[in-house]
Amino acid sequence: MFDIKLAQTMKTSQTMNNSLTMNIMQTLNIYRLESKFEWLKSIRNPSFALPAILFPALFYMFFGVLMNQHDPQAATYLLCSYGTFGIIGPALFSFGAGLAIERGQGWLDIKDASPMPGAAHIVSRLLVSMAFSVMVLMSLGLVAFIFTDVSLSLSQVLTLSTILVFGGLPFCLLGLTLGLLLKAESAPAVVNLVYLPMSFLSGLWIPISMLPDFLQSFAEFLPPYHLSQLALKVVALDSGGSVAKHLAILALSTVIFFVLAIVAFNKKSVR
Amino acid sequence: MQLENTCEQNIHPSVIASAYGLTKSFAGKKALDNIDLEIKSGQVFAILGANGAGKTTLINIFLGRLNADQGDVSVFGVRPGSLQAKRQSGAMLQVANLPETLKIKEHIQLFQSYYPHPMDYQKVINYAGLQHMQNRYSKKLSGGEKQRLLFALSICGNPKLLFLDEPSVGMDVEARQGLWQGIRDLRAAGTGIVLTTHYLEEADNLADNIVLLKQGAIIRQGSSDDIKASISHTIIRFSSDKKLQEFEQLPAVINVKKSGKFIQLQTENVNQTLPPLLSANPNLQNLSVSSAGLEEAFLQLNNSGGE
Repeated sequence: MFDIKLAQTMKTSQTMNNSLTMNIMQTLNIYRLESKFEWLKSIRNPSFALPAILFPALFYMFFGVLMNQHDPQAATYLLCSYGTFGIIGPALFSFGAGLAIERGQGWLDIKDASPMPGAAHIVSRLLVSMAFSVMVLMSLGLVAFIFTDVSLSLSQVLTLSTILVFGGLPFCLLGLTLGLLLKAESAPAVVNLVYLPMSFLSGLWIPISMLPDFLQSFAEFLPPYHLSQLALKVVALDSGGSVAKHLAILALSTVIFFVLAIVAFNKKSVR
Repeated sequence: MQLENTCEQNIHPSVIASAYGLTKSFAGKKALDNIDLEIKSGQVFAILGANGAGKTTLINIFLGRLNADQGDVSVFGVRPGSLQAKRQSGAMLQVANLPETLKIKEHIQLFQSYYPHPMDYQKVINYAGLQHMQNRYSKKLSGGEKQRLLFALSICGNPKLLFLDEPSVGMDVEARQGLWQGIRDLRAAGTGIVLTTHYLEEADNLADNIVLLKQGAIIRQGSSDDIKASISHTIIRFSSDKKLQEFEQLPAVINVKKSGKFIQLQTENVNQTLPPLLSANPNLQNLSVSSAGLEEAFLQLNNSGGE
């Protein structure tokens, strides 16, 4: 009896020591489940999912359809700018407000104490905000298809969608920085204070040419302006800046937000 | 007791985590002062102390979430917080809330995926007593049910070392009994468990080894019986209208206090105190004599020790 138990104990401890590594399938499984549950968590939360998906479509309905007298060019322009507006929302809110709230609850401490790879958390949020971007673009496309005379070729639709879905990256990183710095209670309000004025000043609500001159030149400093210009280039309605310049500024802001996120992360981690 | 002894012999407790000369300060104030302790497999190690005594800081250092200023801290022979240590440990920390829109079973499935050899799902559910609410969203859980879910998450990885920071806060009596049974079962399976608690009853029931922390220093360490025995005092309780001072003169009495209409004497030697007490007060009401429990020991050590 004693010997059997001892042998079992030794066997268990041996397997434990040998198997502390995880194979590639196990690691991929973490990323898969983390993303799946991040998605379920977000889509089941109406206070996040509904405004994220419906607000851009409602805004577009109002400015692009009702206020616009069947001008297909204006409708096309606003489809691009509200598309830009729409994909920035989930990026800022999932990372910014979502992260700040979970951090404030102490939930991230539990994850931090577990062997979850930190990258899995970031990647899952990134994928979820991209998935939300796709849904935002589909709802906008649906409104445009039903209520406007916008006509885009398939390749234009695909290029536009690709630009906007991947163009969310710098805003995910900005959201990450905010999520690491903000207090849970104030995070949603602060994120809105960043999101809405930045969108307006970048000409995402009403065309940039309708803003006063000094605001037009100020928009050059705002990353959403450059993303919207890239999108507008697809339908040949941009203000004429070079693709290289827009890409360079978006890349630069990605690097800046990445560095800020790292600084914010180090401020929070092991003391 | 017999059974427990046999059990422990079979498991061969070995040191799985240790701290030697551990010191940690926050803004110049010492939170932990020269702590030495060893945590063994198959044992429950309870850390007791008032708020701010350094319990949570100590756990955070063992989890690698805080760095020690001085001293050697190791978990499974490696640095606390390293992946190798994390994969063999579990932690239940104090959390205000969990993501509300996930179900209990989803939380558990996710945490199982983090570990190389997760505990069987059904086993996790049974240990934590969550059989009847696997499909419930964490939004709809009471405080005690949330604690049970957090306990479940802490054992998902089949931990060899388990940290429980105030695990039974918010639990009703029944849930607490369930948690204790889970802790005993894990201990019997060889898991080393570090427990901080406010409930002395919890430490008394579960712990093989107790550490009393006061202002970051260990003021007493040993089994629950050791600690009770270290103050070999007896409590004599009775009701009387007489003034307290009259009892202070009695031989071997070290403390006199009044609670309601009862007077409570703490004595170092009941045989010396009782006869003169009875001859001076032949008709004492409600007399009872009892040995000091862990609570009295804790209070006394916490009030006198360490300075």
